[in-house]
Amino acid sequence: MSSSLSPIISVHNLVKRFGLKTILRGLNFEVEKGEFVALLGPNGAGKTTFLRILASLSRPAAGRVTVSGFSLPSQAAAVRRLIGVVSHLPLLYGDLTAEENLRFYARMYSIPNPDARINDVLDVVGLTARRRDLVRTYSRGMQQRLAIGRAVLHDPEIMLFDEPFTGLDQDACAMLGDVLREVAARSRTVVMTSHDLSRAADLASRFDVISRGIITASAHSQDMDTDLLLSFYRDAIGAK
Amino acid sequence: MSTAAGKSQISIRRSFSEYARAVWAILWKDLAAELRGREMLSAMLVFALLVILIFNFALELDAKTRTSVTSGVLWVTFAFAGTLGLNRSMAMEKDRGCLDGLLLTPVDRSAIYFGKALSNLAFMLIVEVIVLPVYSILYNTNLFNPGLIMVILLGSIGYVGVGTLLASMAVQTRTRDILLPILLFPVVLPVLIAAVKASSGFLQSIPMSEIWPWLNILIVYDIIFIAVAFMVFDFIVEE
Amino acid sequence: MEPKPTLLKILDIVSILLLLIATGMVFFYTPVEAVMGQVQKVFYFHVAAGWVGMLSFLAAAFAGIMYLIKSDRKWDIVGLSAVEIGLVFAFINIITGSIWARPIWNTWWTWDPRLTTATIMMLIYAAYLMLRAGIEDLDRRARFGAVYAIVGFLSVPLTFFSARLFRTIHPVVVGTNQPGAEGSFDMTAKMLQTFLFSLLVFSFIFADLLWHRIRLGRLADKVEQLKLKTME
Repeated sequence: MSSSLSPIISVHNLVKRFGLKTILRGLNFEVEKGEFVALLGPNGAGKTTFLRILASLSRPAAGRVTVSGFSLPSQAAAVRRLIGVVSHLPLLYGDLTAEENLRFYARMYSIPNPDARINDVLDVVGLTARRRDLVRTYSRGMQQRLAIGRAVLHDPEIMLFDEPFTGLDQDACAMLGDVLREVAARSRTVVMTSHDLSRAADLASRFDVISRGIITASAHSQDMDTDLLLSFYRDAIGAK
Repeated sequence: MSTAAGKSQISIRRSFSEYARAVWAILWKDLAAELRGREMLSAMLVFALLVILIFNFALELDAKTRTSVTSGVLWVTFAFAGTLGLNRSMAMEKDRGCLDGLLLTPVDRSAIYFGKALSNLAFMLIVEVIVLPVYSILYNTNLFNPGLIMVILLGSIGYVGVGTLLASMAVQTRTRDILLPILLFPVVLPVLIAAVKASSGFLQSIPMSEIWPWLNILIVYDIIFIAVAFMVFDFIVEE
Repeated sequence: MEPKPTLLKILDIVSILLLLIATGMVFFYTPVEAVMGQVQKVFYFHVAAGWVGMLSFLAAAFAGIMYLIKSDRKWDIVGLSAVEIGLVFAFINIITGSIWARPIWNTWWTWDPRLTTATIMMLIYAAYLMLRAGIEDLDRRARFGAVYAIVGFLSVPLTFFSARLFRTIHPVVVGTNQPGAEGSFDMTAKMLQTFLFSLLVFSFIFADLLWHRIRLGRLADKVEQLKLKTME
């Protein structure tokens, strides 16, 4: 049923409330397979909330969300097999080694041939040398890289990144950017929220701005320039 | 037609083995992480021994009163040491956002409850297995009684069944560690009462007919609350 | 401000009237009990308060289940209101029980299974409120409250049975001169009428207070919403 023409993620009129506050107010959003979308927006606009709903960690109050043909929240388990999530927290166990962490997640995702896959993943994120070290001895940059490893372990077709560059220094950012680029290159669809406009400009081919609970602007560009992105962003949030 | 039925049979078997694998993975992870540092186990053990020590002076246990209060002292010790384990076990998931990591996996949420409950049970049993001989030696009483072991198992299951559920809630509040005993103790009281009476019964070789009602209460409690936990756990971890 | 509905106004008046009638019945209509004397009259309101305490608990658990199913905030308000009212009535139950116990058995407290269970119930109520106090997010507060109300409610009958079984083995209450201190006595027709009437009266009072408290909760929500609007 899903052809190359229908979008891999389709969101229609999404509403989300937290207590008495409405965070997302009828948000519409579509992503084609293979796109790398950067979601920009001021604090409190709803970026993280939106990403959590796409990740099936949060339930919509109203609206339709379809990921790769499966609707949320009713078919959440099916969606989880197809998505890999990296947030600003690494989602790793400090008292286990990198290898043990990956082995744990391999079991949880029922991955066939886990050993081979774990070796592959450690190689891609450049942590093979430190696979037997406890995660709590890792620097933040290394934890984020391992987190990406965890996220791609089950070979998901969609990646969701929520502020992955938070708390990293320049070198770590550059290294992370390289890994993200390589991971995304394997014809994966990526939605990434970021405050770091230069990283976003570097990695993404599409730029959407969320402001006060809806998407207010969208731009496509293969070679986005950071300054251009900044003025586009300012217009998009200043306009309302 | 037959292939469709065959396929659904395979998928039921597959999803059951995935479920079992997930539960085992969580249990193994908790055991591996804890056995590496053993911080929680040592804390629970030291705390348990301190409680017994305090009881020694607080109750002036002479040889005669000792036999009647032994099960009481044991269960109070287990109840308090148990909260340490429960808190620590759930705090581990809160740290570094690991709970989200678990929620992102395609397994049913109840597998998370089941896995955590089993690992909590394992830690509690480890502490109990060490405390029993120590108490036996300190007070020259023989605690190697199969009936007692069974009661400890049944009681711990009930305690951990409710405790895991409530600890999952407590760890997500501001008052965290302080809140768990306040939530847990009023609700787990039937387990403590029944376990103490049944333990006493076995230690004092009271006829089985008098011990049975207490065992019944334990079994009924275990079944009811584990069933309830399965049903409501989703609501505690999801938004 | 939403005006008070007429039905509620009527309920207010009816509740007060019924309470006055019941008080009158307790003091003037019922005979003085042979063994215990005047203090036995505490019994009518003591049991009625306990009845409301248990009714509240049931209401809170029911509201909890409904909230989990429907995710409608109004069920959360109902649950919270029921717990607050239940806490007060459970407390009244315990205090009146104490007042009754003192002159009869020369003790402030009996480990009577009913009294013990009432105390546990009060502790669960208090724990419920403390749980809610430690949560910022409104939705999570409601969900957790609902779950704890259900869990608490289910544990109470088991606690009661355990306490009762415990008592059949330890019938002697510390400090009393009567081995079976449970406070039973034979009721005459007048006593029975007053007793049942008190239960009815307290049920009306419960409904009245619950309604008021729910209104208060809804208004508080409205205030919050308005506050949020002004901040945008």
